[in-house]
Amino acid sequence: MNIHAVRAIYRFEMARTFRTILQSIVSPVISTALYFVVFGAAIGSRIPEIGGVSYGAFIVPGLIMMSILTLSISNASFGIYFPRFTGTIYELLSAPVSHLEIVAAYVGAAATKSVMIGLVILATAALFVPLQIEHPLVMLLFLVLTSLSFSLFGFIIGIWADGFEKLQIIPLLVVMPLAFLGGTFYSIEMLPPFWHVVSLFNPVVYLVSGFRWSFIGAADVSVWTSLGMTVVFLLGCLAVTGWMFRTGYKLKN
Amino acid sequence: MQPIISISNLSKTYANGFEALKNVSLDVRKGEIFALLGPNGAGKTTLINIVCGLVNPGTGSVRVGGHDIVADYRKTRSMIGLVPQELSMDAFETVFATVSFSRGLFGKPSDPAHIEKVLRSLSLWDKRKDKVMTLSGGMKRRVLIAKALAHEPEILFLDEPTAGVDVELRREMWAMVRGLRDTGVTIILTTHYIEEAQEMADRVGIISKGEIILVEDKDVLMRTLGKKQLRIELREPLAAVPTSLTSHGLDLAESGGMLVSTYDASADRTGITALFRDLAREGIAIRDVETRQSTLEEIFVGLLEERA
Ligand SMILES: Nc1ncnc2c1ncn2[C@@H]1O[C@H](COP(=O)(O)OP(=O)(O)OP(=O)(O)O)[C@@H](O)[C@H]1O
Ligand SMILES: [Mg+2]
Repeated sequence: MNIHAVRAIYRFEMARTFRTILQSIVSPVISTALYFVVFGAAIGSRIPEIGGVSYGAFIVPGLIMMSILTLSISNASFGIYFPRFTGTIYELLSAPVSHLEIVAAYVGAAATKSVMIGLVILATAALFVPLQIEHPLVMLLFLVLTSLSFSLFGFIIGIWADGFEKLQIIPLLVVMPLAFLGGTFYSIEMLPPFWHVVSLFNPVVYLVSGFRWSFIGAADVSVWTSLGMTVVFLLGCLAVTGWMFRTGYKLKN
Repeated sequence: MQPIISISNLSKTYANGFEALKNVSLDVRKGEIFALLGPNGAGKTTLINIVCGLVNPGTGSVRVGGHDIVADYRKTRSMIGLVPQELSMDAFETVFATVSFSRGLFGKPSDPAHIEKVLRSLSLWDKRKDKVMTLSGGMKRRVLIAKALAHEPEILFLDEPTAGVDVELRREMWAMVRGLRDTGVTIILTTHYIEEAQEMADRVGIISKGEIILVEDKDVLMRTLGKKQLRIELREPLAAVPTSLTSHGLDLAESGGMLVSTYDASADRTGITALFRDLAREGIAIRDVETRQSTLEEIFVGLLEERA
């Protein structure tokens, strides 16, 4: 195990994060604040309680998840795409590091950033709504698992993309809709039966649901199902990255 | 002695069907400076990139320090430092940070003293706190070398290290490369500057269209393939080479003011004594005499033409 390499990459990526700390932290904080003003206060005041909590408190887990999904993907995809774009990837490919070490370092750094920002958003939310967290450890577990899975997913996109448009298109065309339709702003119980069933094919539903359970103790699907689906998604992404490295997909000629 | 790099029957076909290397076999000896010469697109970078792990090998095998580059990639790659042809580096990092990063990436614990030594040897110490993007091209090239040396490799690949580097700096780099060789590092460099190979290399390999045409000690190469020219400047120009001198294979140059004889410097009898005797007999007065050894470049061009 080349621990020095993992540490070097991780530190490098974290340094990149801290160089852009303002935009990394400030923009999610502002957008969360806006969501709370619009949905929590303006619209939420006319919406009755859901699952026994105010609408504002109900959307907190969903909002955090949504930010984490998009941030994990954009951060991890950029992290590996940029060296490919500038050519500095040569060093990584010529180094005595295994695929797993590369993935661990890049994805670990992206996930760390996501967890940090998730907590910042949580703190921001606490300024707007009274927060309750029933199962703090489960909450952290979901936060970490989701950050990891979607950072891994972002890493895959970063290897697959061969231009900046492709880098943006998956988050924009796939992840945003899935996140919006994943029960961020509502309980999927509220949907007509057909759409309820369709929703169950949306992986984001399980993330948001499990995460919400850790906050309010109630959820659309069982927390175990949520956990299981998250782990399945994580393993699926791991398998894809493994294949990419084994074949040198878009990395080596 | 076992070669430090042993390439056997290596072929490489890129995804688009282009065959960049054709059955290449090559041994590099420990501690030598090996220059790989060849025209654009000959396959020099492809060869280097395969050994370093940037390009998947096709068929054949490559062993570094006795280890297979695929099965034992950790061992082989930690022995190797690579300075790529392209100037690609992290623009936002400081010189010191990016060089330290390379050391870690190659599995060595941090050692600021070694980084300092490397930066000083490349005259980069003053620039250590500067961001890479603020450096000139020549300095960036040196930062790439520093990155490659950060983990104390036993083998250094320099893919056109002096492209875009001014003459003075080039000489400095040559001195640095020789210094490295003196510490036991094996160096493989590619270059378009034949002068560079001639100046630096212990052995020279010539590659063209994906095939190794020739591998030879530089001195032997210069001696065996090197023709020598004797240029005799005359006091009075001649209209033609006198018939009594035709057996010497002379050419007239400079509108008859110069006689040029090409001979094999390594031959037992070069025929120079006889030539001067015959010149004296003809009463041809000589103003000056000069001999020239053909450069590696002339040898190289000659070889390529021969095959064309
Ligand atoms: N990724 C690739 N896909 C297809 N063909 C490639 C690829 N990379 C290189 N080639 C081709 O392989 C041949 C050898 O290229 P290579 O870069 O090894 O040459 P070189 O000897 O280093 O040339 P130069 O002196 O210009 O650097 C060239 O014809 C090039 O077009
Ligand atoms: Mg090249």
